[in-house]
Amino acid sequence: MAETQGCARVASKVVGDPRDDQKTSEEIVGKKEIKMTARVGQKAPEFTAPAYYKGGFTNVSLSDFAGKWVLLCFYPGDFTFV
Amino acid sequence: MWNDHELTKMVEGGVPFHMAADQAGNVGRAYGVWDENQGIELRGRFIIDPDGVIQAMEVMTPPVGRNLGETIRQIQAFQLVRESKGTQATPAGWKPGELVLNPGPDLVGKVWEVWNPKMEK
Repeated sequence: MAETQGCARVASKVVGDPRDDQKTSEEIVGKKEIKMTARVGQKAPEFTAPAYYKGGFTNVSLSDFAGKWVLLCFYPGDFTFV
Repeated sequence: MWNDHELTKMVEGGVPFHMAADQAGNVGRAYGVWDENQGIELRGRFIIDPDGVIQAMEVMTPPVGRNLGETIRQIQAFQLVRESKGTQATPAGWKPGELVLNPGPDLVGKVWEVWNPKMEK
């Protein structure tokens, strides 16, 4: 979703991710599916992710837009059409 | 880089919204749009209302682009439904200003009287 940079990056994070519970990486290997699925009529999974916004880098959370309509789009790579 | 080299050529001033990174796919997994085999996001699109509830979703494989006009039409329809506190519904192909339906016992079996497929433009 973003171009690679030479510096350390903050990973995107989903609230309620079961992998947060102090598990070692060995324990979570093979556990591909997080038990959260987006469905219409259900609460959208809350997340925080590093973002580019108006010339700078910031963090963005879904809850930043509480009370507003949100259009959330995922795309495979930069420089592709949407 | 993308914003400077291409997007500013499409939209004056560049992209007005946040462009978030999800390199590890954590957000994509939660939304069911992360392709584990390729390590990319599918073309997922979610309309989320002011209460944080997903009202619509569309997921496509990468080669086909989306239709932003249709997305905006859906948002306008969901906004109308929300403003009516759920008393109104929009028929197929509805656009702002067109007839809306008032679902209830009076409408059962009588939708044909007020709406038919030819009205969808």
